[in-house]
Formats: sequence, structure tokens, C-alpha cells
Amino acid sequence: MSEVKYSKEHEWIKLEGDIATIGITKHATEMLGDIVFAELPEKGSGVEKDGTAGVVESTKAASDVYTPVSGEVVDTNQEIVDDPSKINQDPENSAWFFKLKIKDKSEMNSLMNKDDYDKFAKENSN
Amino acid sequence: MKTKKTSLYQLHQDCNAKFVEFAGYQMPIQYSKGIVEEHKFTRNHSGIFDVSHMGQLFIYGGDELIKDLEKIFPLDLKNLKLNHSKYSFLMDKDAGIQDDLIITKINEGFLIILNAACKDDDFKILQELLNEKYEMVLDENRSLIAIQGPKSSQILNEFFDGVKDLNFMSGDWFLFDNQKVYVTRSGYTGEDGFEISIPNNFADKLTRELIDKGPRLVGLGARDTLRLEAGLCLYGHDLDKDKTPVEANLKWAISKERISKGDFIGSDIIIKQLNNGVTKIRVGIKPEGRIIAREKTKIFNQSNIHIGEITSGTFGPSVNGPVAMGYVENEFSKKNTKVFLEVRGKKYAASVCSLPFYKKSYVKGAN
Repeated sequence: MSEVKYSKEHEWIKLEGDIATIGITKHATEMLGDIVFAELPEKGSGVEKDGTAGVVESTKAASDVYTPVSGEVVDTNQEIVDDPSKINQDPENSAWFFKLKIKDKSEMNSLMNKDDYDKFAKENSN
Repeated sequence: MKTKKTSLYQLHQDCNAKFVEFAGYQMPIQYSKGIVEEHKFTRNHSGIFDVSHMGQLFIYGGDELIKDLEKIFPLDLKNLKLNHSKYSFLMDKDAGIQDDLIITKINEGFLIILNAACKDDDFKILQELLNEKYEMVLDENRSLIAIQGPKSSQILNEFFDGVKDLNFMSGDWFLFDNQKVYVTRSGYTGEDGFEISIPNNFADKLTRELIDKGPRLVGLGARDTLRLEAGLCLYGHDLDKDKTPVEANLKWAISKERISKGDFIGSDIIIKQLNNGVTKIRVGIKPEGRIIAREKTKIFNQSNIHIGEITSGTFGPSVNGPVAMGYVENEFSKKNTKVFLEVRGKKYAASVCSLPFYKKSYVKGAN
């Protein structure tokens, strides 16, 4: 069974074996508004927990996308680069950002489960 | 300082606006449908904008006032017809732009629409320049509502019979609930549209009745994408005290007749720049691909030399791609000049382009 967890930077992460799929949450897309640009990490590159791993831009501003765990980028979702509006349409499913082969499963421990994240997101939205 | 609210604040709340503080006012940046939808709706139908934060300055006077204002604004005001408007600027002695504005000749004098962030300073500057000779009112009792887009004329004409016959950049008085409202055919979106100056107590009622006919509220977010696609400047970004109207590529707004006499504030510099050219000038910048170059993005030439800076940049929903404008050294200002934009440490190709990005559909008019 796969496990979905959430970061304070509003990313979701789904772990299947040692492959993690990462995207941004619906709450994040609602805060950002219409997303019009997405930049993803390069396939084959290494990313470190809490480091920058991409950028999304709305009509208003640019925001960094962080990776909640460390690993090697094994796949990226070109569909959201070609049509960033897909991120607003289906953020927690088809509009995933990148997949990592993760180094250390224990990095998942510090992340939130869905209930905790929903509470966190509610408290952090104005 | 407490942030101010416009007369439409309750309406914005009722329409689920997201608010942002802008020039001391709580203003809607967007409503529930979002910036892209609001932008497209304005281009295809009709959008309503609360621009009540902008200054409505009435200056009362006759021929002497015209003479005095001509010492300030580079306009041929003595030939400005009743109810006609001109785009202009308030300059300092070095021709630096202190504000950009629309001035309209009304029966008793002039109505000047000023930027919200500048209006209080403008008032003081003008009062001083005019030696307090004239009655001046920065009217806080009137709201300003813009209605923009191809359906606006037909809809607004149901309320104010005859507005559809106004020429672009002209206006007239109409009645709403026996209140005098001043309607001009103008706007800042690149679309046909109107701005309505109405007493505060009636602004909410008029706007709700307009919305019932199909137009939708549009926030400051889409106002920004619309004006940038239309190649129009935003004060504090594309225009400021360190830029002159010639550098801002707005020389079309300076009266040729007035340049020949040269007796207005900043005229020495303006004439010098018109004769000798400028070192930097405002241009349109079209990034290749989807990269968005925001304000303060550095512009480089093909030899990697820093030649300028972006002053406004965003995604243009109607262009369906990134759009920007900025200032570059004059020799790189030719259309199709290849440049590079530094975004997050990387250089991206772009080219200098003519403005607007989106073709205007103003009605034909006197200007």
C-alpha cells in the first residue's frame, strides 16, 4: 500500500517501494491562483531534503517548489510544463511534478499525515 | 495608518474577493473565478473594476487656470474641447514623471484622474504650483467604476442613454437615481470601455444593477495583465521620477505645439531629449517559450553585457504566453533585437517587440 504524506511547504509525497512521487497540494494551488509556468528538476539530478526542486508561477508571482525528501530524479511530468493550468485542475493526482528514487525512508517520518496537514493548511491560510 | 475601504467593499466581500492592500486601500486582487478567467471575460464580454482608490481631482477656474495648467502639463489645453480628455503626466523640473494622469475639460474647470499612491502628493504639488489660486477638491465622496470590454457599451447604454455615442477619450454627465454621474469613454485594458464617477452612496447600487445585466467584477490582478498586454504603463513600475516621458516612449502624449514654445515644467529636458535622443528607452519584451521575466529582471545583449531591466512582466492570458516591458539602452531598442533575460541565475532568450502585445479595440474617437 502506498503512503501519502505532506510537508509544511505544501508538497504531497506518495511513496511506492523506494520511488516517491511529489507534487503540490490543492491548498497550495488555491493560494497561488492560476498557475501559468512550471519548471522541474532535471532527470538524473540529485535533490536534497527541503532544497529547491522546481518553480511554479502564477500570474501574480513565482514560488519555489521544495522536495520533502532527498533522492535522485528519475522522472518528471512534462505535461504540466507544456500546460501549467493542469496543476490547478488536478494537483494531487495527474499533475504530479517529479519522481525520486529516495535515499532514506526515515526522512518521511517528519512529514504530516492528511489530517495533520489539513489542520496545518487551515491555520496557515488567511 | 488604517487601510481605507471603498464603497464597493461589501460587494467585493459578497463576491468572494481576495483582498490585498494597495496604496492604503483594501482592494480586491481577484474573485473566485481567478485572474485568467476574469481577464478573458473582460476581453470577450464585460468586466467591472472598482478603481475608487484613484484620485478624482476637480480644479475650478476659467481662462487663467488654463494658462496656469499649461505651465505644468505639456498639453494644448486651450484647444481641449469641453468633455474631452487627454493622457498626460505631472513632471518635476528634470522631466521626471511624478504621476501619469487623465485630464478632462469640464464646464467649471478640469477633472484630473490620479494614481492612488500619488494623489495626496500630487494635490500638494499642484496646490503649490498654482499658488492656491483656485478651488481644488480631491473628491473622496465620489467612487470611480470602470466597465471594460466589447459588451460594455451596449450594457451601459441601458443605464445612460447616449453613452454608446461618446467618442474615445470624451465624456458627459448622466443621471442615475437623480444623481449626477460623469461617464468618460476610456479605460486601461486595451478594450472599449467607460469610467463612471458616481457619488459613493450610489456606487454599490449601480454596480449591482450592472452585474445583473451580465458583466462580472474583475480584480487588480487581471487589471495588471490586461494593461500589460495592451502595452500600458503602471506608475511606480514602468514610470517613476527617474524616467522622463521621452524615455518612457510616451512622446505622443506631448503636444507638438507646446514643445515649440517650451514653457512648461521639464520642457528643457524634454526638448533636449527629443533633439538629441535618449540613452534608455521603454520597449516591449517578448520572452521565448514560457519563461516569465518579472520586474527588476536584468536584460543582457548578445555579448552578455547588461543593457537594461524589466519593469513589468507577467503571463498574458490572451496572448497565451509571457509578456514584459522594460528599459534598454537606446541602441538595443529596435524591434526584433535579440536579448537575454536573467531569471533565477539562468539566461533566457527574448526579443524586443512593438507594443501592444494585444491589439486594442477602442472605438474611433476624437484623439
